[in-house]
Amino acid sequence: MATASLEQRENRRAWGFVTPALLWTVAFFVIPFIVMAAISLATRKGREIVMAWNFDNYIEFFEKAHLLKGLFVSLEITFTVTIISVILAYPLAWIIAERVPQKWQRMALIMAILPFWTSYVVRSYSWLLVLAQNGVINNTLTYLGVISEPLELASTRTAAVIGFVHFFVMLLTLTIYANLVQMPPNYRRAAADLGANGFQVFWHVVLPLTLPGIMVGAFLTFVLCIGDYITPQILGGNNELALPQVIMLQLGRRADFPMAATLSIILMGVVTLAYIACARWLKMERT
Amino acid sequence: MISSRFAKLLSWSYLIALYGFIFLPVAVLVLFSFQDGRLPVPPFNGATLKWYGEVFADSRLMSALGNSLIVAIGSATVACVLGFCAAYALARFVLPASRLQRGLLISPMTVSYLIIALGLLTTFNWIGVSLSLWTVGIGHVVINLPLCFAIIYASMGDHQKNIERAARDLGAAEWQVMTQVSAPMLMPSILAAFFLSVTFSWDEFIIAFLLSRFDVTLPVEIWSMLRSGLNPKTNAVGSVVFLVSVALLLILELIVFRRTAKK
Repeated sequence: MATASLEQRENRRAWGFVTPALLWTVAFFVIPFIVMAAISLATRKGREIVMAWNFDNYIEFFEKAHLLKGLFVSLEITFTVTIISVILAYPLAWIIAERVPQKWQRMALIMAILPFWTSYVVRSYSWLLVLAQNGVINNTLTYLGVISEPLELASTRTAAVIGFVHFFVMLLTLTIYANLVQMPPNYRRAAADLGANGFQVFWHVVLPLTLPGIMVGAFLTFVLCIGDYITPQILGGNNELALPQVIMLQLGRRADFPMAATLSIILMGVVTLAYIACARWLKMERT
Repeated sequence: MISSRFAKLLSWSYLIALYGFIFLPVAVLVLFSFQDGRLPVPPFNGATLKWYGEVFADSRLMSALGNSLIVAIGSATVACVLGFCAAYALARFVLPASRLQRGLLISPMTVSYLIIALGLLTTFNWIGVSLSLWTVGIGHVVINLPLCFAIIYASMGDHQKNIERAARDLGAAEWQVMTQVSAPMLMPSILAAFFLSVTFSWDEFIIAFLLSRFDVTLPVEIWSMLRSGLNPKTNAVGSVVFLVSVALLLILELIVFRRTAKK
């Protein structure tokens, strides 16, 4: 049999199919990333970018308080959002999986993620409508006579956290729900038969089995939250800037590409650390 | 018994409270797009379609809407074709370093859009490519290609492999197998990948913002409208964007999932 030559022919064809996608990824993702990494080692002289091949920008990042603070603001917001979202989403996923009748579950999930499909910009604007000084909450409370002075809700970190949590509760509900429905009911029955009470069943059986869902959702939340510019910009205001806001500031007002690139590489480093921390739960291969 | 009824009550109130939280901003957005007055906040003065009229009479918004559609459909098509071919090659043939190739194709998924946009921006600046809708489209293919590849690759099961082999044995050329056997069998997941890509591109802001100059997409145009503060016209255009996204989702649900369910 001429298997070898046939295989060779097939292989050549297969390369033809996969090459365009690989080339696209290399040309518009890998190379730009390398260029950006290189630019982060450059300095800015006036309007010119000069390749200096040193780490001055990185040193500057750790020395200048307003740059370093961006990272800490981002980390604080991201951790707060991730924790609140998990706490809110877990019961919701559980109720949908356990209490909502089977035939309505799909509908319930679709409804839960429906606002997810408004554009990011529009969703943050919608929260502005609710939280602004003359927004829905302040107007309603003033009308009811609960408050006389409008509350300072918009342009605060709280507003940014609310906007983020709104988005990520849906995401986490999905990933946790997916885990909950995969769990065979026998596991819980077995635990109960062996004498575990409701809390013990949850703590020793259900929670560990749904941990992958929690971690996958939490990791996605972390990555999307820490890299987002829109929500902190629209809802968080300009009092304390998150890292993506600092990056955009370098680009916009100062046209400082090297520093923007440096900050992006640092942002990516943080995400990579988060990935390493969550890696054992994120292994999802095609079976 | 009482405690179980209490638990039931508690879970239903929790459900309602959280759905309330999830829907509050969208409800406010849509309701006050009909506001008969200058401010999209309570009290509601009565319904008017005036703001929608203004949106559709605004030539800048309308051209941004057109641009968004072009970029979304164009980039989703390219991403789907590239993703399908790559998935076909990696699922059906034994290629060296296929794990590495899969990892490379998926990798843009793990990076923030901001970083992808910034990388492309510095590169385009460096080689002197001027920014346009084309550069936005390139960026959107970068973010949608991993998605299309992953969805289509995951749906390529072994039972389809045998049908493809049968077609080959009956004398079909490779491209015929691909277009007349594999693609129709995988149509639900290809369509899912396509519509998801269209929605992601349609809603995407940061890449469109950094990689465009004069012709902008709708989210970027809305962004510049935000500077004027709260305005019922912004509500109206936001509601239109929401409606289009929901329509795309409905199409996805009706065409794609209905079909998979039937099988």
